[in-house]
Formats: sequence, structure tokens, C-alpha cells
Amino acid sequence: MLHLILFLIFGAICVAGAVNLLVQRHPINSALSLIVVMGSLAVEYLLLGAEFVAAVQVIIYAGAIMVLFVFVIMLLNAGEEERTRGSRVALLFGIPGMLAGSVLMGWVLLEHSGTEAVPAGALPGPPKIIGWLLFHDFLLPFEVTSVLILIAIMGAVVLASRPESVQQTKKEG
Amino acid sequence: MDVGTFIVVSVIKTVIALIVLLTAVAYSVWLERKVVGHIQNRWGPTRVGPFGLLQPLADGIKFLFKEDLTPPHVYKPLYIAAPMIAVTLALTSISVIPIGNWVTVGGIRTPLQITDVNIGLLIILGVTSLGVYGVALAGWSSNSKYSLLGGLRASAQMVSYEVSLGLSLIGVLIMAGSFSLREIVDAQGGTFWGFIPRWNIFQGQIVAFFIYLMAAYAETNRIPFDLPEAETELVAGYHTEYSAMKFAMFFMAEYANMITVACLASLLFLGGWHGPLFGPAWLQAVLPVFWFMLRVFGFLFVYIWVRGTLPRFRYDQLMAFGWKFLLPLAIANLVITGLIVALKS
Repeated sequence: MLHLILFLIFGAICVAGAVNLLVQRHPINSALSLIVVMGSLAVEYLLLGAEFVAAVQVIIYAGAIMVLFVFVIMLLNAGEEERTRGSRVALLFGIPGMLAGSVLMGWVLLEHSGTEAVPAGALPGPPKIIGWLLFHDFLLPFEVTSVLILIAIMGAVVLASRPESVQQTKKEG
Repeated sequence: MDVGTFIVVSVIKTVIALIVLLTAVAYSVWLERKVVGHIQNRWGPTRVGPFGLLQPLADGIKFLFKEDLTPPHVYKPLYIAAPMIAVTLALTSISVIPIGNWVTVGGIRTPLQITDVNIGLLIILGVTSLGVYGVALAGWSSNSKYSLLGGLRASAQMVSYEVSLGLSLIGVLIMAGSFSLREIVDAQGGTFWGFIPRWNIFQGQIVAFFIYLMAAYAETNRIPFDLPEAETELVAGYHTEYSAMKFAMFFMAEYANMITVACLASLLFLGGWHGPLFGPAWLQAVLPVFWFMLRVFGFLFVYIWVRGTLPRFRYDQLMAFGWKFLLPLAIANLVITGLIVALKS
């Protein structure tokens, strides 16, 4: 019972953080709202029994990725955003589209997942089981993902390193 | 144990842990002033109490009664929240650190730690990785050049060194096969050939220990990695604009983090609370805690010793050291440890 109450409370916090992210006009407030969303998601994982996933969620998303977001906002010293009145296209198609999408998603989820609730702690939580799943059942997707990340890293290196011609001209100049 | 006893025991343990931690924080400041004083051939605090032992109390009272200035140009919500974030997170991580074996008091058997979770190490890593927000937001919300530079440096430095820190711990995790700090310590009991203790540092994790040591100094913004608050160039870095209790909170957070790092080093590399046990039963119950505290004290002493000895890095040296030396070394250590463990089993 306590699990369910906490689950609902943190779900509400998560949604409130997400809404606040959109409403806030200053980028740093939006970034902080996103951290709240990440944090409450981690608590939701924890309540479902997936403690390893919860810890990783905090370490990676809230602790590393969002730090970089905040870092960039600080570095650019971004100011408050201007608020436009929004486009009519978004109003006409966006809201009905979103509603249709969420109805579709809800319908699919309800159709295919069964309606019985998952008891807390029933999901594979311990790190051992997750490691087993990653390195046995899902080895190929796991390795493919790591190659994908490697490609992204190489792309970042290429973008960040200056071409030699630029350095040459700098030395000569 | 029913729910009522559980709550009472938890509350008692939390209160004791907080009091001990805060006292330790206050007295590590005293220790630092004393040790650095002696390194620099002066006495350190001597006036308040014998050996200046009441100095932390005097400092605390001073912080409470100082005028709490808020500069007019700051972004107030975050300016006020930042020191709270820093100190809260710094105090949180103590909750999963075990300081000794199980004890039985009045018929209730309980571990000497606030809560024994099986992902204890990950919780500490998560909490410390969130700790950077306190520093970064303080730097940004102060709306001053020095603070902003300090905050930027702190976040870049902490994110960079966190990678090496995490990787240096994985070797230990592979050897223990668990994330639980208690199980990691239990795996280090006993001796080789009767006299060398089976601490992880003697089981081939000595490289990892030194990687951890250096990365931990950088994580806690201590000399030689104290660029976020380099007083010669940035006044005081991210806490330039803070005064009174808000400044004290950053101070407390820094020293609480030092203590956490020292506890973690003792648990993961130096054998936790293992040590010779002798004497009557009550002494045997207290000795493990004493051995653990002794290690933590030793680690803090080295911290202060290093502060009194080494100069500060340059910023490019800091980044090059972290990414080009420490990280490859940590990965190499991880691969070799993994290979050895795999070949043994």
C-alpha cells in the first residue's frame, strides 16, 4: 500500500517537473526541472524493485548528462527566452495529434500488457540478473549499441579537433 | 524486528551518525589547521581551550552570529538553495557506510550502519555525482565572474574525474562480486601466509587505490586539484559571494565529502574494520569500530599532509592528467583484474 502511495506521489512529481520544464522561461530552471523528472523516475524504478536501474538512472542521467546541460547553459550564459505566441499550425494539428497519439499508446499498452498489476520487486532488479541479460540474451544489441556510441565519440572528436589547415594558417599568421 | 522497533532503531542510528559526522567535520577542520600549521612551522589554533580544541565551537558560534549578506545581483532561489543542496547531499552518503560488524544491544541485533542496502556503493556514487550541482549552481546564481569561473571549473573537473573514480572501483567490485559495502569488507577478512592481511590493496588493487586517491582529491576539490576555489586567481571561486552560515554549509559539505571518501577508501581498499581482536567481549565489540576509525583518520591525515606539501595544478595539466593518464591507467587496471579473476575461476 505504501508502495502504491509513494509511486503515485513520485509519478505526480515527475509529471509536474515535466510541465514546469516547458513553462519555465529561463533555461537553467528548465534544466533543473528535468533533473527533478530524472530523479523521480529513478524513485519509480526503485519502487518497482529495479534498484540497479534506479542507481544508474541517477548516476548517468541526473549526475552526468544533466551536469553537462547545466555546464553548457552556464558557459553560454544563456538568458531568458522570448516567448512567441506560438504557431497556428501547432495549435491546429499539434494538440489533436498529441491526443490521438496518447490514446493510441494507451490502447496498445492496455491491449498487450494484460491488466494485472506487477507486484513491487517482481521485475529483474539485482545487478547480477541485469548483467546476465546484457551479456547473454542481449549480447548482440548490447555490442551494436557500444559501436554506435563509439561512432558518436569519433564524430565528436572530429568535430572538436581543428582541421590542420586552420592550425597552419594560425601559426603562419 | 517489527515496524515500530525498526523505526525507533533507525531514528536512533541516524541521529548518532549525524552527530558523529558533524563532530568529525568540525574536528577535521581543527586537525587540518593544526597539521598544516606544524608543516609550516607554526602552532595553528592554540588560544581557545587546551591545544585550541574548542576552536571549532568558537568558529561555529561565529558563523551563526555573522551578518548573512545576500548580494543584490544574485538569482535568489538558486543562491539560497545551492549551499543546502551541497550540504544535504554530502551528509546523505554517510547513511549507507558501515562502520563495523553487527551488534546486539538490548536484545536487538542491528548492523553498525544506518541502512544495509545491496547497492550501497552505487548509492554513494549517485549521491556524490549529484553533489556537483551545489557547486555549479552556487557559481552560476552568484552572478559574479569569479564564482562563475569556479563553478564551471568545478563541474568540468568533477565530471572528468568521476570516470576514473568509478573505473578504479570496478576492480574491487569484480573481486568481491558485490555492490554491498558490507560484503566487500567481508571478502577482505583473513591473511596470506598468516601475516599479510587480505586487504584489496595487497590483492593487486594497489594501482586502483592510487587512481582512487587522486580522483578522490579532484572530486572533493582539494589541493592539488582545488582549481574551483583557487584563491590566488579566483578570490574564493564558487563561494566568493557567500557569507555566514551559507558559507559554512559549503565548508561542511567539503569536509563531509572528505570523510565519506576516506570511509570509502578504508572499506574498499584497506580492509574496512578488520584488525586484531583481543581482550574481553566488550573490547572485541568496540575494536572493529576503532580499527575502522583509525584508517579513516590516517586517510584524512594524508589528505591534509598533501595539502601542506603540493602546489596547485594548472588547468590544462589537470585535464590532461585526468583524461590522458588516469583514465587509460584505470581501464588497463580493470582489464587486467578482469582477466586474472576470469582465469582463476
